[in-house]
Amino acid sequence: MKKQYWQEEIETASREELSKIQSERLVATVKRVYEKVPMYRERMDAAGVKPEDIQSIADITKLPFTTKQDLRDTYPYGMFAVPMDQVVELHASSGTTGKQVVVGYTEKDVHSWGEICARALVAAGADETDFVHVSYGYGLFTGGFGLHYGAQQIGATAIPVSSGQTKRQVTILEDFGSTVLCCTPSYAMTIAESVEAAGIDASKLPLRAGIFGAEPWTEEMRKHIEDKLKIKAYDIYGLTEVMGPGVSFTCEHQCGMHVNEDHFIIEVLNPDTFEPVEDGMIGEIVFTCINKEAFPVIRYRTKDLGYVTHEKCKCGRTFVRMSKILGRTDDMLIIRGVNVFPSQIETVLLEQGYAPNYMLIVDRVNNSDTLEVQVEVSPEMFSDVTSVLTSHEKKLQTAIRELLGIHANVKLVAPNTIPRFEGKAKRVIDNRQLHD
Amino acid sequence: MAIQQLSIFVENKSGALADITGILADNSIDLRALSIAETQDFGILRLIVNDTNKAAKALRDKNCVVNITEICAVAVPDAPGGLASVLRILADADIVVEYTYAFISNSKKDAYVVLRINDHDLVTAEKLFAEKGIREINEQDIQSL
Repeated sequence: MKKQYWQEEIETASREELSKIQSERLVATVKRVYEKVPMYRERMDAAGVKPEDIQSIADITKLPFTTKQDLRDTYPYGMFAVPMDQVVELHASSGTTGKQVVVGYTEKDVHSWGEICARALVAAGADETDFVHVSYGYGLFTGGFGLHYGAQQIGATAIPVSSGQTKRQVTILEDFGSTVLCCTPSYAMTIAESVEAAGIDASKLPLRAGIFGAEPWTEEMRKHIEDKLKIKAYDIYGLTEVMGPGVSFTCEHQCGMHVNEDHFIIEVLNPDTFEPVEDGMIGEIVFTCINKEAFPVIRYRTKDLGYVTHEKCKCGRTFVRMSKILGRTDDMLIIRGVNVFPSQIETVLLEQGYAPNYMLIVDRVNNSDTLEVQVEVSPEMFSDVTSVLTSHEKKLQTAIRELLGIHANVKLVAPNTIPRFEGKAKRVIDNRQLHD
Repeated sequence: MAIQQLSIFVENKSGALADITGILADNSIDLRALSIAETQDFGILRLIVNDTNKAAKALRDKNCVVNITEICAVAVPDAPGGLASVLRILADADIVVEYTYAFISNSKKDAYVVLRINDHDLVTAEKLFAEKGIREINEQDIQSL
């Protein structure tokens, strides 16, 4: 009989059991990071919190928060809680300037990562007979590896296709007989279009499920992908700083993403007061790793907005379910899976002698994100020769690509046409309408 | 000998050109010649006018991006082959023309060709035109057109 859960005992544990596990692991983790990571010790000392003050999950609110800036400030290995000789793998967060966030995994961490992804795969109906086609990028980006390890843990056949070369993806889908596709939802759309363009009847392909994540997507897009590829599409959520994909995942009921609570404690906090909010109320999502050796973050502020529900799911899992990400508390954009801050674009503009007046127009065309950067042409750069102006656009485009790794369409506009702001500037027009 | 040309940045949106020409009209600027270069995103309006400085100031006051370029304009016979003979002279000397446009006057038989030549080639071009008897027009000519 097909497995309904990868690890039934923990996935369907009672709230009491889960709380007990979480409390034990939290206490142990806090004790360990206090000893091993100077930053945590300093923060806790400053807040007047000792490891022994943390007796159960109820005490988690006593702990100081960790931010992305903290992780950058300790680049590269300052937050590691084990000696480097125990670290078997490194990854880094995508698309950020200068100092990216480097995360490490011990052998046990790699296994845990595979385990949480194995749960996501099984929830999507996968087992040892499946061919798991992973089209997330393999590299420093955490995307590809988690599901790869997960596929191997359940005994399935992992196909590490990585991203790009869409025609080849289609050939592999067809010839290798991929049954589960893992990639970003927008890349799934691109693959679907390529399948169609190749004149292949998607219903004849062995493919039957997709596990998509790493960028926000709508229910509408899910239906579209399901219809085009004739599969069932599942959501997966994660972030490099916490583990990578697999932190939470949807089951066949598509009613929120089950958080792997034996590995992570999720809190939803009011973004202004940082007080916990009730189930169903939107707040900032904060994670604490309680079963990780090399890089356990404590109360890591994701700046993602969402809500949770503790109601038991029809699938039988008791893990708390989190909503899709409904927005951000900062101005970070996710464009084709890459984290983009308007301030990064601003830096490039200033370096190239532009005024810091700009507008970013983000859209989704044919299910792929587009970024247009509008900047004002200055008298100094203006020329009567077209090629001089287009070369300014190209130069800026290249600089943005070098920094962020994504293509931006640079558009020169007339001076004084981009709105000036007295208070908080609005630099982004996001036409994607990703949050329904 | 070169004459002055105004170049104006034009956004690719409806009404942009009407706004610019409106500013010129309000300042009684007379247009002698006009050409537009366009890309996907923007256009460059190039003008020869009766009062370049006045026009430039009026446009800049209205936040337009304007520059003034020295360009070479020559009179060519308003007959088949007129332009070809001029361009051949430049081609034989390996002088690149960035862009060109032509205009005619109602009073004379000649046609006028504007040639945008790189600054470092301009002197050579003018020397060649003089040698071959091709007449360059100057600011006074523009006034009398």
